Amino acid sequence: MQYSWFNRNLKWIYTLPAVIFVLLMMLFPIIYTVRISFYEWSMSATTPPAWVGLSNYIALLKDERFWHATGATFYFTILALALEVVLGVGIALLLSREFKGKNLVKTVFLLPMVATPVAMGLVWMLIYEPTIGVANMMLKSLGLEPQLWLASPNQVIPSLVIVDVWEWTPMIALIIMAGLATLPSDPYEAADVDGASAWRKFVSITLPLLKPTIIVAAMLRLIDVLKTFDIIYATTQGGPNFASETLNLYGYVLGFQYFKLGMASSLLVIFFGLVMGLTLFMIWMRKRLEGA
Amino acid sequence: MKKNKGRSLLQTLLTFLVLIVFAFPFIWMLLASFKTQAQILSTNQLFVFKPTFHNYVSVFKEYDFLKFIWNSFIVAFGSTLLSLILGLPAAYAIARHHLQKLGLLILVARIIPGITFLIPWFILFSKIHLVDTYTALILSHMLVGLPFIIWIMISFFEALPTEIEESGLIDGCTHHQVFLRIIMPISGPGVITSSLLSFIFSWNNFMFSIILAGDKTKTLPIAVFNFMSYSEINWGALMAAACIITLPVLVIALVSQRYVVSGLAAGAVKG
Repeated sequence: MQYSWFNRNLKWIYTLPAVIFVLLMMLFPIIYTVRISFYEWSMSATTPPAWVGLSNYIALLKDERFWHATGATFYFTILALALEVVLGVGIALLLSREFKGKNLVKTVFLLPMVATPVAMGLVWMLIYEPTIGVANMMLKSLGLEPQLWLASPNQVIPSLVIVDVWEWTPMIALIIMAGLATLPSDPYEAADVDGASAWRKFVSITLPLLKPTIIVAAMLRLIDVLKTFDIIYATTQGGPNFASETLNLYGYVLGFQYFKLGMASSLLVIFFGLVMGLTLFMIWMRKRLEGA
Repeated sequence: MKKNKGRSLLQTLLTFLVLIVFAFPFIWMLLASFKTQAQILSTNQLFVFKPTFHNYVSVFKEYDFLKFIWNSFIVAFGSTLLSLILGLPAAYAIARHHLQKLGLLILVARIIPGITFLIPWFILFSKIHLVDTYTALILSHMLVGLPFIIWIMISFFEALPTEIEESGLIDGCTHHQVFLRIIMPISGPGVITSSLLSFIFSWNNFMFSIILAGDKTKTLPIAVFNFMSYSEINWGALMAAACIITLPVLVIALVSQRYVVSGLAAGAVKG
Protein backbone atom coordinates (compact mmCIF):
# COMPACT_ATOMS: atom_id res chain seq x y z
CA MET A 1 0.00 0.00 0.00
CA GLN A 2 3.01 2.23 0.64
CA TYR A 3 3.70 2.25 -3.07
CA SER A 4 0.30 3.13 -4.34
CA TRP A 5 -0.22 4.10 -7.96
CA PHE A 6 0.07 7.72 -6.88
CA ASN A 7 3.49 7.30 -5.35
CA ARG A 8 4.82 5.09 -8.12
CA ASN A 9 4.02 7.73 -10.70
CA LEU A 10 4.92 10.62 -8.49
CA LYS A 11 7.64 12.09 -10.70
CA TRP A 12 5.19 12.41 -13.59
CA ILE A 13 2.41 13.72 -11.39
CA TYR A 14 4.85 16.34 -10.14
CA THR A 15 6.17 17.40 -13.51
CA LEU A 16 3.22 16.99 -15.88
CA PRO A 17 1.14 20.01 -14.78
CA ALA A 18 4.09 22.35 -15.28
CA VAL A 19 5.09 20.73 -18.57
CA ILE A 20 1.54 20.78 -19.92
CA PHE A 21 1.19 24.42 -18.93
CA VAL A 22 4.43 25.38 -20.65
CA LEU A 23 3.58 23.38 -23.76
CA LEU A 24 0.13 24.94 -24.01
CA MET A 25 1.31 28.46 -23.37
CA MET A 26 4.52 28.22 -25.39
CA LEU A 27 4.53 25.47 -27.99
CA PHE A 28 1.00 26.05 -29.15
CA PRO A 29 1.59 29.77 -29.82
CA ILE A 30 4.82 29.03 -31.70
CA ILE A 31 3.13 26.53 -33.99
CA TYR A 32 0.21 28.89 -34.40
CA THR A 33 2.51 31.80 -35.27
CA VAL A 34 4.29 29.72 -37.90
CA ARG A 35 0.90 28.78 -39.36
CA ILE A 36 -0.44 32.33 -39.47
CA SER A 37 2.76 33.47 -41.14
CA PHE A 38 1.55 31.66 -44.29
CA TYR A 39 -1.82 33.38 -44.25
CA GLU A 40 -3.12 36.77 -45.19
CA TRP A 41 -4.86 37.53 -41.95
CA SER A 42 -6.32 40.72 -40.59
CA MET A 43 -8.41 41.03 -37.46
CA SER A 44 -11.59 41.91 -39.35
CA ALA A 45 -14.39 39.41 -39.05
CA THR A 46 -15.59 39.80 -42.61
CA THR A 47 -12.53 38.63 -44.52
CA PRO A 48 -11.50 35.10 -43.63
CA PRO A 49 -7.81 34.21 -43.46
CA ALA A 50 -6.42 33.23 -46.85
CA TRP A 51 -3.46 30.94 -47.53
CA VAL A 52 -0.77 32.95 -49.29
CA GLY A 53 2.24 30.66 -48.99
CA LEU A 54 5.51 32.48 -48.66
CA SER A 55 4.29 35.86 -49.79
CA ASN A 56 4.36 37.35 -46.29
CA TYR A 57 8.00 36.42 -46.06
CA ILE A 58 8.73 37.78 -49.52
CA ALA A 59 6.91 41.02 -48.71
CA LEU A 60 8.92 41.29 -45.53
CA LEU A 61 12.23 40.71 -47.28
CA LYS A 62 11.32 43.46 -49.74
CA ASP A 63 10.26 45.75 -46.92
CA GLU A 64 12.79 48.47 -46.21
CA ARG A 65 11.41 48.97 -42.71
CA PHE A 66 12.12 45.32 -41.87
CA TRP A 67 15.76 45.64 -42.91
CA HIS A 68 16.05 48.87 -41.03
CA ALA A 69 14.65 47.19 -37.91
CA THR A 70 17.09 44.30 -38.33
CA GLY A 71 19.95 46.78 -38.57
CA ALA A 72 18.71 48.72 -35.54
CA THR A 73 18.42 45.48 -33.55
CA PHE A 74 22.02 44.52 -34.29
CA TYR A 75 23.34 48.04 -33.78
CA PHE A 76 21.63 48.29 -30.40
CA THR A 77 22.61 44.77 -29.33
CA ILE A 78 26.28 44.91 -30.31
CA LEU A 79 26.85 48.36 -28.82
CA ALA A 80 25.03 47.58 -25.57
CA LEU A 81 26.62 44.17 -25.14
CA ALA A 82 30.16 45.44 -25.78
CA LEU A 83 29.79 48.34 -23.35
CA GLU A 84 28.13 46.21 -20.69
CA VAL A 85 30.81 43.54 -20.79
CA VAL A 86 33.75 45.98 -20.73
CA LEU A 87 32.23 48.21 -18.05
CA GLY A 88 30.95 45.20 -16.12
CA VAL A 89 34.42 43.67 -15.91
CA GLY A 90 35.94 47.03 -14.98
CA ILE A 91 33.41 47.75 -12.27
CA ALA A 92 33.68 44.21 -10.91
CA LEU A 93 37.46 44.63 -10.56
CA LEU A 94 36.95 48.03 -8.94
CA LEU A 95 34.42 46.74 -6.43
CA SER A 96 35.95 43.36 -5.65
CA ARG A 97 38.49 44.83 -3.22
CA GLU A 98 37.47 45.42 0.39
CA PHE A 99 36.37 48.95 1.22
CA LYS A 100 34.02 50.84 3.48
CA GLY A 101 30.45 50.99 2.22
CA LYS A 102 30.82 48.03 -0.12
CA ASN A 103 27.39 46.77 0.84
CA LEU A 104 25.84 50.14 0.08
CA VAL A 105 27.34 50.13 -3.41
CA LYS A 106 26.14 46.59 -4.02
CA THR A 107 22.65 47.55 -2.89
CA VAL A 108 22.50 50.57 -5.18
CA PHE A 109 23.69 48.26 -7.94
CA LEU A 110 20.69 46.04 -7.47
CA LEU A 111 18.15 48.80 -7.98
CA PRO A 112 18.38 49.40 -11.77
CA MET A 113 17.90 45.67 -12.42
CA VAL A 114 14.75 45.27 -10.38
CA ALA A 115 13.13 48.68 -10.95
CA THR A 116 10.20 48.67 -13.37
CA PRO A 117 11.70 49.22 -16.86
CA VAL A 118 8.81 51.34 -18.10
CA ALA A 119 9.13 53.69 -15.12
CA MET A 120 12.87 53.90 -15.69
CA GLY A 121 12.31 54.66 -19.37
CA LEU A 122 10.15 57.61 -18.37
CA VAL A 123 12.77 58.92 -15.95
CA TRP A 124 15.41 58.74 -18.68
CA MET A 125 13.02 60.55 -20.98
CA LEU A 126 13.00 63.43 -18.50
CA ILE A 127 16.79 63.27 -18.15
CA TYR A 128 17.22 63.35 -21.94
CA GLU A 129 14.63 66.07 -22.56
CA PRO A 130 16.51 68.55 -24.84
CA THR A 131 15.39 71.79 -23.15
CA ILE A 132 14.69 70.85 -19.53
CA GLY A 133 16.67 67.62 -19.21
CA VAL A 134 19.58 67.32 -16.84
CA ALA A 135 21.74 65.55 -19.44
CA ASN A 136 22.02 68.74 -21.48
CA MET A 137 22.48 70.87 -18.36
CA MET A 138 25.51 68.77 -17.50
CA LEU A 139 26.89 69.10 -21.01
CA LYS A 140 26.41 72.88 -20.85
CA SER A 141 28.13 73.15 -17.50
CA LEU A 142 31.07 71.28 -19.03
CA GLY A 143 31.05 73.73 -21.90
CA LEU A 144 29.79 71.17 -24.41
CA GLU A 145 27.07 71.46 -27.03
CA PRO A 146 23.60 70.31 -25.96
CA GLN A 147 22.37 67.21 -27.79
CA LEU A 148 18.99 66.02 -29.00
CA TRP A 149 19.41 62.54 -27.47
CA LEU A 150 16.22 60.57 -28.08
CA ALA A 151 14.89 63.18 -30.49
CA SER A 152 17.68 62.74 -33.02
CA PRO A 153 17.57 59.80 -35.46
CA ASN A 154 21.36 59.46 -35.24
CA GLN A 155 21.63 59.66 -31.48
CA VAL A 156 18.56 57.75 -30.41
CA ILE A 157 20.12 54.28 -30.41
CA PRO A 158 23.28 55.28 -28.53
CA SER A 159 21.04 57.15 -26.05
CA LEU A 160 18.92 54.03 -25.53
CA VAL A 161 22.08 51.96 -25.22
CA ILE A 162 23.13 54.20 -22.32
CA VAL A 163 19.85 53.34 -20.58
CA ASP A 164 20.34 49.63 -21.15
CA VAL A 165 23.95 49.88 -19.97
CA TRP A 166 22.79 51.71 -16.85
CA GLU A 167 20.16 49.07 -16.18
CA TRP A 168 22.15 45.89 -16.84
CA THR A 169 25.88 46.51 -16.37
CA PRO A 170 25.35 45.84 -12.64
CA MET A 171 24.22 42.33 -13.42
CA ILE A 172 27.33 41.55 -15.46
CA ALA A 173 29.45 43.14 -12.72
CA LEU A 174 27.78 41.06 -10.00
CA ILE A 175 28.23 37.82 -11.95
CA ILE A 176 31.90 38.68 -12.60
CA MET A 177 32.41 39.58 -8.94
CA ALA A 178 31.10 36.15 -8.00
CA GLY A 179 33.57 34.68 -10.50
CA LEU A 180 36.44 36.76 -9.15
CA ALA A 181 35.74 35.51 -5.64
CA THR A 182 36.41 31.91 -6.73
CA LEU A 183 39.75 32.55 -8.48
CA PRO A 184 42.75 30.72 -7.01
CA SER A 185 45.40 32.87 -5.34
CA ASP A 186 48.57 30.91 -6.31
CA PRO A 187 48.99 32.34 -9.84
CA TYR A 188 48.90 35.83 -8.35
CA GLU A 189 51.48 34.95 -5.72
CA ALA A 190 53.75 33.53 -8.42
CA ALA A 191 53.25 36.68 -10.50
CA ASP A 192 54.10 38.86 -7.51
CA VAL A 193 57.33 36.92 -7.07
CA ASP A 194 58.11 37.60 -10.73
CA GLY A 195 57.36 41.27 -10.17
CA ALA A 196 54.48 41.43 -12.72
CA SER A 197 52.58 44.71 -13.07
CA ALA A 198 48.90 44.97 -12.20
CA TRP A 199 47.95 45.26 -15.87
CA ARG A 200 50.09 42.24 -16.77
CA LYS A 201 48.40 40.20 -14.03
CA PHE A 202 45.00 41.26 -15.32
CA VAL A 203 45.75 40.29 -18.92
CA SER A 204 47.67 37.08 -18.22
CA ILE A 205 45.86 35.68 -15.21
CA THR A 206 42.54 37.30 -14.36
CA LEU A 207 41.12 37.56 -17.87
CA PRO A 208 41.87 33.96 -18.96
CA LEU A 209 40.56 32.55 -15.69
CA LEU A 210 37.44 34.68 -15.88
CA LYS A 211 36.70 33.82 -19.49
CA PRO A 212 33.99 31.22 -18.76
CA THR A 213 32.20 33.60 -16.38
CA ILE A 214 32.37 36.47 -18.85
CA ILE A 215 30.99 34.25 -21.61
CA VAL A 216 28.07 33.11 -19.47
CA ALA A 217 27.24 36.70 -18.51
CA ALA A 218 27.51 37.90 -22.10
CA MET A 219 25.33 35.06 -23.35
CA LEU A 220 22.62 35.87 -20.90
CA ARG A 221 22.68 39.54 -21.85
CA LEU A 222 22.76 38.78 -25.57
CA ILE A 223 19.53 36.82 -25.30
CA ASP A 224 17.86 39.66 -23.43
CA VAL A 225 19.30 42.68 -25.26
CA LEU A 226 18.00 41.32 -28.58
CA LYS A 227 14.52 41.36 -27.06
CA THR A 228 14.63 44.85 -25.53
CA PHE A 229 11.14 46.30 -25.69
CA ASP A 230 9.94 48.13 -22.57
CA ILE A 231 12.55 50.91 -22.53
CA ILE A 232 12.25 51.62 -26.26
CA TYR A 233 8.47 51.58 -26.21
CA ALA A 234 8.27 53.84 -23.17
CA THR A 235 10.72 56.43 -24.49
CA THR A 236 10.49 56.60 -28.28
CA GLN A 237 8.00 53.95 -29.46
CA GLY A 238 10.47 53.31 -32.27
CA GLY A 239 10.93 56.93 -33.29
CA PRO A 240 12.02 59.44 -34.31
CA ASN A 241 11.24 58.47 -37.87
CA PHE A 242 11.57 54.71 -37.07
CA ALA A 243 15.21 55.25 -36.11
CA SER A 244 14.92 53.16 -32.95
CA GLU A 245 12.48 50.61 -34.33
CA THR A 246 13.95 47.19 -33.56
CA LEU A 247 12.50 43.86 -34.75
CA ASN A 248 10.63 43.51 -31.48
CA LEU A 249 9.01 46.93 -31.94
CA TYR A 250 8.23 46.46 -35.63
CA GLY A 251 6.66 43.09 -34.91
CA TYR A 252 4.47 44.73 -32.31
CA VAL A 253 3.50 47.58 -34.63
CA LEU A 254 2.71 45.24 -37.54
CA GLY A 255 0.60 43.00 -35.34
CA PHE A 256 -1.21 45.35 -33.02
CA GLN A 257 -1.26 48.71 -34.75
CA TYR A 258 -1.59 47.72 -38.41
CA PHE A 259 -3.25 44.37 -37.60
CA LYS A 260 -1.26 42.66 -40.36
CA LEU A 261 -1.18 39.46 -38.36
CA GLY A 262 0.23 37.33 -41.17
CA MET A 263 3.14 39.59 -41.93
CA ALA A 264 3.77 40.24 -38.23
CA SER A 265 3.88 36.48 -37.68
CA SER A 266 6.40 35.94 -40.45
CA LEU A 267 8.56 38.64 -38.87
CA LEU A 268 8.24 36.94 -35.50
CA VAL A 269 9.21 33.58 -36.99
CA ILE A 270 12.36 35.16 -38.42
CA PHE A 271 13.06 36.96 -35.14
CA PHE A 272 12.50 33.76 -33.17
CA GLY A 273 14.89 31.92 -35.49
CA LEU A 274 17.46 34.66 -35.05
CA VAL A 275 17.34 34.57 -31.25
CA MET A 276 17.42 30.76 -31.12
CA GLY A 277 20.19 30.62 -33.71
CA LEU A 278 22.37 33.10 -31.83
CA THR A 279 21.70 31.30 -28.55
CA LEU A 280 22.70 27.92 -29.99
CA PHE A 281 25.76 29.52 -31.59
CA MET A 282 26.81 30.99 -28.23
CA ILE A 283 26.32 27.63 -26.49
CA TRP A 284 28.43 25.95 -29.18
CA MET A 285 31.11 28.64 -28.89
CA ARG A 286 31.19 28.26 -25.14
CA LYS A 287 31.67 24.50 -25.38
CA ARG A 288 34.46 24.94 -27.92
CA LEU A 289 36.21 27.60 -25.90
CA GLU A 290 35.94 25.62 -22.70
CA GLY A 291 37.06 22.44 -24.41
CA ALA A 292 40.13 24.14 -25.84
CA MET B 1 54.04 53.61 -0.96
CA LYS B 2 53.04 56.92 -2.46
CA LYS B 3 51.91 55.21 -5.62
CA ASN B 4 49.67 52.91 -3.62
CA LYS B 5 48.06 55.81 -1.83
CA GLY B 6 47.35 57.57 -5.12
CA ARG B 7 45.88 54.40 -6.52
CA SER B 8 43.58 53.83 -3.59
CA LEU B 9 42.39 57.43 -3.75
CA LEU B 10 41.63 56.96 -7.44
CA GLN B 11 39.75 53.76 -6.67
CA THR B 12 37.71 55.50 -3.99
CA LEU B 13 36.85 58.31 -6.37
CA LEU B 14 35.87 55.88 -9.12
CA THR B 15 33.73 53.88 -6.71
CA PHE B 16 31.98 57.06 -5.65
CA LEU B 17 31.41 57.97 -9.29
CA VAL B 18 29.91 54.53 -9.99
CA LEU B 19 27.63 54.93 -6.98
CA ILE B 20 26.41 58.36 -8.12
CA VAL B 21 25.88 57.30 -11.74
CA PHE B 22 23.78 54.28 -10.83
CA ALA B 23 21.79 56.07 -8.14
CA PHE B 24 21.24 59.28 -10.08
CA PRO B 25 18.09 58.40 -12.09
CA PHE B 26 16.37 57.34 -8.87
CA ILE B 27 17.33 60.56 -7.13
CA TRP B 28 16.14 62.53 -10.14
CA MET B 29 12.82 60.69 -10.27
CA LEU B 30 12.24 61.27 -6.56
CA LEU B 31 13.11 64.99 -6.75
CA ALA B 32 10.93 65.59 -9.81
CA SER B 33 7.99 63.84 -8.19
CA PHE B 34 7.94 66.61 -5.54
CA LYS B 35 8.22 69.48 -8.01
CA THR B 36 5.51 71.46 -9.74
CA GLN B 37 5.41 71.47 -13.51
CA ALA B 38 6.82 75.01 -13.46
CA GLN B 39 9.73 73.93 -11.27
CA ILE B 40 10.51 71.01 -13.58
CA LEU B 41 10.42 73.27 -16.63
CA SER B 42 12.69 75.85 -15.06
CA THR B 43 16.38 75.07 -14.92
CA ASN B 44 17.34 77.00 -11.82
CA GLN B 45 15.61 74.91 -9.16
CA LEU B 46 17.43 71.64 -9.69
CA PHE B 47 18.11 70.48 -6.17
CA VAL B 48 16.73 73.21 -3.92
CA PHE B 49 13.00 73.85 -4.17
CA LYS B 50 9.86 73.91 -2.05
CA PRO B 51 8.50 70.34 -2.25
CA THR B 52 4.85 69.75 -3.09
CA PHE B 53 2.77 66.63 -2.57
CA HIS B 54 0.33 67.73 -5.19
CA ASN B 55 1.59 65.19 -7.75
CA TYR B 56 0.98 62.25 -5.44
CA VAL B 57 -2.45 63.53 -4.47
CA SER B 58 -3.44 63.94 -8.10
CA VAL B 59 -2.09 60.51 -9.07
CA PHE B 60 -4.42 58.88 -6.57
CA LYS B 61 -7.37 61.25 -6.88
CA GLU B 62 -7.54 62.07 -10.55
CA TYR B 63 -5.92 59.01 -12.07
CA ASP B 64 -7.35 56.34 -9.77
CA PHE B 65 -3.99 54.73 -9.09
CA LEU B 66 -5.21 52.57 -6.22
CA LYS B 67 -7.09 50.49 -8.74
CA PHE B 68 -3.99 49.95 -10.88
CA ILE B 69 -1.90 49.07 -7.82
CA TRP B 70 -4.55 46.54 -6.88
CA ASN B 71 -4.59 45.09 -10.41
CA SER B 72 -0.81 44.78 -10.47
CA PHE B 73 -0.81 43.18 -7.07
CA ILE B 74 -3.49 40.61 -7.96
CA VAL B 75 -1.70 39.61 -11.15
CA ALA B 76 1.79 39.45 -9.60
CA PHE B 77 0.56 37.60 -6.53
CA GLY B 78 -1.67 35.23 -8.50
CA SER B 79 0.91 34.35 -11.09
CA THR B 80 3.59 33.80 -8.45
CA LEU B 81 1.35 31.62 -6.31
CA LEU B 82 0.23 29.45 -9.22
CA SER B 83 3.79 29.22 -10.52
CA LEU B 84 4.90 27.98 -7.12
CA ILE B 85 2.14 25.37 -7.02
CA LEU B 86 3.11 24.06 -10.45
CA GLY B 87 6.81 24.77 -10.19
CA LEU B 88 7.90 23.43 -6.80
CA PRO B 89 6.89 19.78 -7.33
CA ALA B 90 8.18 19.91 -10.91
CA ALA B 91 11.55 21.32 -9.85
CA TYR B 92 11.81 18.69 -7.12
CA ALA B 93 11.09 15.82 -9.49
CA ILE B 94 13.48 17.22 -12.12
CA ALA B 95 16.24 17.59 -9.52
CA ARG B 96 15.77 14.17 -7.92
CA HIS B 97 15.09 12.09 -11.02
CA HIS B 98 17.55 13.94 -13.26
CA LEU B 99 14.94 14.90 -15.82
CA GLN B 100 17.25 17.48 -17.39
CA LYS B 101 15.49 17.35 -20.74
CA LEU B 102 12.23 18.48 -19.19
CA GLY B 103 14.14 21.21 -17.42
CA LEU B 104 15.61 22.37 -20.72
CA LEU B 105 12.20 22.38 -22.38
CA ILE B 106 10.95 24.70 -19.67
CA LEU B 107 14.03 26.87 -19.96
CA VAL B 108 13.29 27.51 -23.63
CA ALA B 109 10.49 29.78 -22.42
CA ARG B 110 13.21 32.06 -21.05
CA ILE B 111 14.96 32.35 -24.43
CA ILE B 112 12.04 32.81 -26.83
CA PRO B 113 11.09 36.44 -27.49
CA GLY B 114 7.88 37.02 -25.55
CA ILE B 115 6.33 38.85 -28.46
CA THR B 116 6.18 35.56 -30.40
CA PHE B 117 3.39 34.43 -28.08
CA LEU B 118 1.35 37.58 -28.23
CA ILE B 119 -0.57 37.19 -31.47
CA PRO B 120 -1.76 33.61 -30.78
CA TRP B 121 -2.59 34.46 -27.19
CA PHE B 122 -4.50 37.50 -28.25
CA ILE B 123 -6.53 35.55 -30.82
CA LEU B 124 -7.15 32.67 -28.42
CA PHE B 125 -8.00 34.83 -25.42
CA SER B 126 -10.30 36.98 -27.56
CA LYS B 127 -12.18 33.90 -28.72
CA ILE B 128 -12.79 32.63 -25.21
CA HIS B 129 -13.48 36.16 -23.90
CA LEU B 130 -10.52 36.28 -21.57
CA VAL B 131 -8.96 39.53 -22.79
CA ASP B 132 -9.15 42.10 -20.00
CA THR B 133 -9.47 39.48 -17.28
CA TYR B 134 -7.09 38.68 -14.47
CA THR B 135 -7.00 35.08 -15.73
CA ALA B 136 -5.38 36.03 -19.04
CA LEU B 137 -2.83 38.26 -17.35
CA ILE B 138 -2.00 35.72 -14.67
CA LEU B 139 -1.59 32.92 -17.22
CA SER B 140 0.69 35.02 -19.41
CA HIS B 141 2.81 36.26 -16.52
CA MET B 142 3.18 32.66 -15.32
CA LEU B 143 5.16 31.91 -18.45
CA VAL B 144 7.84 34.24 -17.09
CA GLY B 145 7.56 33.25 -13.43
CA LEU B 146 7.26 29.48 -13.75
CA PRO B 147 10.53 28.80 -15.62
CA PHE B 148 12.36 31.08 -13.22
CA ILE B 149 10.95 29.37 -10.14
CA ILE B 150 11.70 25.95 -11.61
CA TRP B 151 15.31 26.81 -12.46
CA ILE B 152 16.15 28.41 -9.15
CA MET B 153 14.49 25.57 -7.25
CA ILE B 154 16.25 22.82 -9.27
CA SER B 155 19.63 24.07 -8.06
CA PHE B 156 18.24 24.54 -4.57
CA PHE B 157 16.85 20.98 -4.37
CA GLU B 158 19.98 19.51 -5.92
CA ALA B 159 22.00 21.07 -3.11
CA LEU B 160 19.88 19.39 -0.41
CA PRO B 161 21.44 16.18 0.93
CA THR B 162 19.44 13.06 -0.02
CA GLU B 163 19.90 11.62 3.49
CA ILE B 164 17.07 13.85 4.70
CA GLU B 165 14.66 12.11 2.36
CA GLU B 166 16.01 8.64 3.08
CA SER B 167 15.46 9.07 6.79
CA GLY B 168 11.92 10.22 6.09
CA LEU B 169 11.26 7.14 3.98
CA ILE B 170 12.65 4.85 6.71
CA ASP B 171 10.28 6.51 9.17
CA GLY B 172 7.42 5.39 6.95
CA CYS B 173 6.64 8.46 4.91
CA THR B 174 5.66 8.08 1.27
CA HIS B 175 7.63 10.11 -1.29
CA HIS B 176 4.77 12.56 -1.49
CA GLN B 177 4.77 13.01 2.28
CA VAL B 178 8.53 13.44 2.27
CA PHE B 179 8.15 16.28 -0.21
CA LEU B 180 5.31 17.99 1.64
CA ARG B 181 6.40 17.48 5.23
CA ILE B 182 10.19 17.36 5.07
CA ILE B 183 11.42 19.06 1.91
CA MET B 184 8.94 21.94 1.75
CA PRO B 185 9.48 23.19 5.33
CA ILE B 186 13.25 23.40 4.85
CA SER B 187 13.01 25.07 1.45
CA GLY B 188 12.07 28.48 2.80
CA PRO B 189 15.08 30.41 1.47
CA GLY B 190 14.75 28.99 -2.05
CA VAL B 191 11.01 29.57 -2.13
CA ILE B 192 11.45 33.15 -0.91
CA THR B 193 14.11 33.91 -3.52
CA SER B 194 12.17 32.49 -6.41
CA SER B 195 8.82 33.99 -5.36
CA LEU B 196 10.30 37.44 -4.89
CA LEU B 197 11.83 37.39 -8.34
CA SER B 198 8.71 35.99 -9.93
CA PHE B 199 6.67 38.71 -8.21
CA ILE B 200 9.07 41.43 -9.39
CA PHE B 201 9.08 40.17 -12.99
CA SER B 202 5.31 40.12 -13.06
CA TRP B 203 5.03 43.55 -11.41
CA ASN B 204 7.39 44.98 -14.03
CA ASN B 205 5.88 43.15 -17.00
CA PHE B 206 4.81 45.44 -19.76
CA MET B 207 4.65 43.56 -23.05
CA PHE B 208 2.11 40.91 -22.11
CA SER B 209 -0.05 43.34 -20.15
CA ILE B 210 -0.22 46.00 -22.83
CA ILE B 211 -2.07 43.59 -25.12
CA LEU B 212 -3.96 41.37 -22.69
CA ALA B 213 -5.04 43.97 -20.13
CA GLY B 214 -8.00 46.26 -20.73
CA ASP B 215 -9.78 49.02 -18.85
CA LYS B 216 -10.77 46.75 -15.99
CA THR B 217 -7.42 45.06 -15.45
CA LYS B 218 -4.88 47.68 -16.49
CA THR B 219 -1.68 47.23 -14.49
CA LEU B 220 0.68 49.97 -13.32
CA PRO B 221 3.24 49.91 -16.16
CA ILE B 222 0.39 50.41 -18.65
CA ALA B 223 -1.39 53.01 -16.55
CA VAL B 224 1.54 55.45 -16.51
CA PHE B 225 0.87 56.29 -20.13
CA ASN B 226 -2.29 58.04 -18.95
CA PHE B 227 -0.09 60.99 -18.05
CA MET B 228 1.09 61.57 -21.57
CA SER B 229 -1.11 63.34 -24.03
CA TYR B 230 -0.19 64.52 -27.50
CA SER B 231 0.13 68.10 -26.36
CA GLU B 232 1.87 67.84 -23.03
CA ILE B 233 3.49 65.55 -20.54
CA ASN B 234 2.55 66.09 -16.90
CA TRP B 235 6.10 65.42 -15.72
CA GLY B 236 5.48 65.80 -12.01
CA ALA B 237 2.60 63.35 -11.95
CA LEU B 238 4.47 61.02 -14.29
CA MET B 239 7.46 60.93 -11.93
CA ALA B 240 5.21 60.47 -8.91
CA ALA B 241 3.61 57.53 -10.69
CA ALA B 242 7.04 56.14 -11.58
CA CYS B 243 8.02 56.39 -7.89
CA ILE B 244 4.85 54.62 -6.82
CA ILE B 245 5.42 51.76 -9.29
CA THR B 246 9.07 51.40 -8.40
CA LEU B 247 8.74 51.68 -4.64
CA PRO B 248 7.39 48.18 -3.88
CA VAL B 249 10.07 46.39 -5.90
CA LEU B 250 12.81 48.55 -4.43
CA VAL B 251 11.56 47.79 -0.91
CA ILE B 252 11.49 44.07 -1.71
CA ALA B 253 14.99 44.27 -3.15
CA LEU B 254 16.40 46.23 -0.22
CA VAL B 255 14.83 44.08 2.47
CA SER B 256 15.86 40.83 0.86
CA GLN B 257 18.92 41.83 -1.13
CA ARG B 258 20.84 38.71 -0.21
CA TYR B 259 18.10 36.54 -1.66
CA VAL B 260 17.56 38.66 -4.72
CA VAL B 261 21.25 38.72 -5.64
CA SER B 262 21.66 34.97 -5.27
CA GLY B 263 18.43 34.40 -7.19
CA LEU B 264 19.38 36.67 -10.06
CA ALA B 265 22.79 35.05 -10.17
CA ALA B 266 21.32 31.54 -10.17
CA GLY B 267 18.88 32.44 -12.90
CA ALA B 268 21.71 34.07 -14.77
CA VAL B 269 24.12 31.19 -14.61
CA LYS B 270 21.47 28.69 -15.56
CA GLY B 271 20.23 30.96 -18.31
